[in-house]
Amino acid sequence: MHLFGVKRTVKLGIKSLWMHRLRSALTTLGIIFGVCSVIAMLAIGEGASQEAQEAITRLGSTNLLIETVEPPEERADTGETQRMRSFGLTYKDAESIRNTIPNVEVVVPIREIDQEARYLRRKVAIKIVGTVPWYREVSSIHVVHGRFLSSIDLHQQQSVCVVDEQIVSGLFGFEDPLGKDVRIHGNCYRVVGVAGAAPVGGQENGFDSSMQAATGSDGGAAGSIYLPLSTSKSRFTELTASFSGGSLTIERVQLQKITVKVKSTEQVLPMRDILDTLLGHLHKNKKDYRIIIPLELLRQAKRTTLIFSIVLGSIATISLLVGGIGIMNIMLATVSERTREIGIRRALGARKHDIIVQFLSETLLLTLVGGILGIVLGSLIPFLVTHFGHMRTVITGSSLVLAFGISAAVGITFGLYPAYRAANMDPIESLRHE
Amino acid sequence: MSIVAIENLCKAYQLGSLEVYALRGLDLSIEQGEYVAIMGPSGSGKSTLLNVLGCLDRPTSGTYQIGGEDVSKLDDDELSKIRGSRIGFVFQSYNLIAQLNVIENIEVPMFYKGFSEHDSAERAKELAGIVGLGDRIKHRPPELSGGQQQRVAIARALANKPLIILADEPTGNLDTESGSEILNILGDLHKRGTTLIIVTHDDHVAARTERAIHLLDGRIERQEYNHKR
Repeated sequence: MHLFGVKRTVKLGIKSLWMHRLRSALTTLGIIFGVCSVIAMLAIGEGASQEAQEAITRLGSTNLLIETVEPPEERADTGETQRMRSFGLTYKDAESIRNTIPNVEVVVPIREIDQEARYLRRKVAIKIVGTVPWYREVSSIHVVHGRFLSSIDLHQQQSVCVVDEQIVSGLFGFEDPLGKDVRIHGNCYRVVGVAGAAPVGGQENGFDSSMQAATGSDGGAAGSIYLPLSTSKSRFTELTASFSGGSLTIERVQLQKITVKVKSTEQVLPMRDILDTLLGHLHKNKKDYRIIIPLELLRQAKRTTLIFSIVLGSIATISLLVGGIGIMNIMLATVSERTREIGIRRALGARKHDIIVQFLSETLLLTLVGGILGIVLGSLIPFLVTHFGHMRTVITGSSLVLAFGISAAVGITFGLYPAYRAANMDPIESLRHE
Repeated sequence: MSIVAIENLCKAYQLGSLEVYALRGLDLSIEQGEYVAIMGPSGSGKSTLLNVLGCLDRPTSGTYQIGGEDVSKLDDDELSKIRGSRIGFVFQSYNLIAQLNVIENIEVPMFYKGFSEHDSAERAKELAGIVGLGDRIKHRPPELSGGQQQRVAIARALANKPLIILADEPTGNLDTESGSEILNILGDLHKRGTTLIIVTHDDHVAARTERAIHLLDGRIERQEYNHKR
């Protein structure tokens, strides 16, 4: 087929598609939705994947998180109305890790206490994070104003605090928080700094919060206030009381977390075993802690999002296939409707090949137009999802290429059979066709 | 030399296990510039002969030469090419493509023969003028009368300067007046040297030709020559 023929064929195709505008439009719709959903689903999948990876990266790929977990309940003796349970990570654990394990860069013990912070008449639910100045080395927070906790704060048990950016407006309104005194549980703490949240991504995302649930942070508090570990140790009790089934249980937990940082990612996995051995020894094999490795989470997340993308992509591809079958259906109808035209063309010198090209080009036109519109629409949907659903979406070039490629493949696949049928009709029969 | 040379042409159809012969050993030769009518009752093999002559169908046995080329053994693509370049069809029901206007309909055979867009448009306009439709080139078939449609079909048949024009009951769907207009056009073409083969029931139509070939049961029953010229 020479170039001129292609041009003519396309013109002819447009003409006969235009003759049946409504039908063509409805047929195209199937492809539009198919392409659109491929792109949208891949964009959502990709967005979730990136968000998950960033969330995990924020935890630090060279970090190991050790968390206190409540050990399985020992059989409560009946009649006992008051129990004392003591479990979890201790200051001694942190000390031992620092002193006995080589290759450990930093060890950051963390105490977390849910409290209320007051300033003037305002109060917000917060989470106290009692920690050490080198907390910043294992966390992605950064100081926006003022300074972070210092070694002097730690040694002298200073009543100072660093507040989260998130609670600044709730607690201080438009006032500058630096130098103000925040009241927590009857004591005043001077604000010396404001810490910014992690530099990337929001926290409203579903995956992110489930990540945080997994790592035990952020229990319904509006934000965090960082205190020197020593201060939090002396000011706040390690005991929490809870009633259940008429019995009082008092729990004693020293540290909620210890974050350990190693020099390189290769050391992360061996370090897990070392820590597990050490802590198992220290805790007499009581399983009241767990070790979380962001690096491994990252691998899992990648696997999960891959599956996620495959599932979403398959669903979208199926809808594209349905669209393709719709096209085939319409093209078969068109072919039988135009039997006579095919006969005429054959009588006037058209080869089978010419007829195939003619009908295939119509199908391709439909799918290409559908593909382009689908790409436009499919790029809009993720935008809307991001805007209204607060989910991150990422449209990658490859998803556009993929969607377009699939729609073209669908066009060829489902267009070929009707075109083949058209070409193989007996010209004599076709000419007689009414 | 004969433009159409048919020797011992047979065409059989398979009807279940039965082999039905539509043409049984037919010999026919038509000279360049001849104006021939093919007549006969229905079932006599007229349509079959026309399909074979038009290269729409292949004979079961025998040979068919058009312009000196044996086409009885050609494959589908080659037959398409012969149809496009050597044969012009005029049908009883016009068989124009409804979506295309007059010019575009005339252009169809030229499109498949590979004319350039410009050349085919030029020629189509010229042909529309020849059949007297120069002022209706943008009309589509449904907007034309039967006679006008048939004239478009004739123009289309002439597009690739075919060796023969095959007309199948060209006046069958027309009233007497438009019918005779069409016959006049065909007569003019004949005078200019075109070879015309016309299939008809109508004795008046046959009377305008030079030779009437009567078919019966797949054979030539008789041939009448009109010498009134």
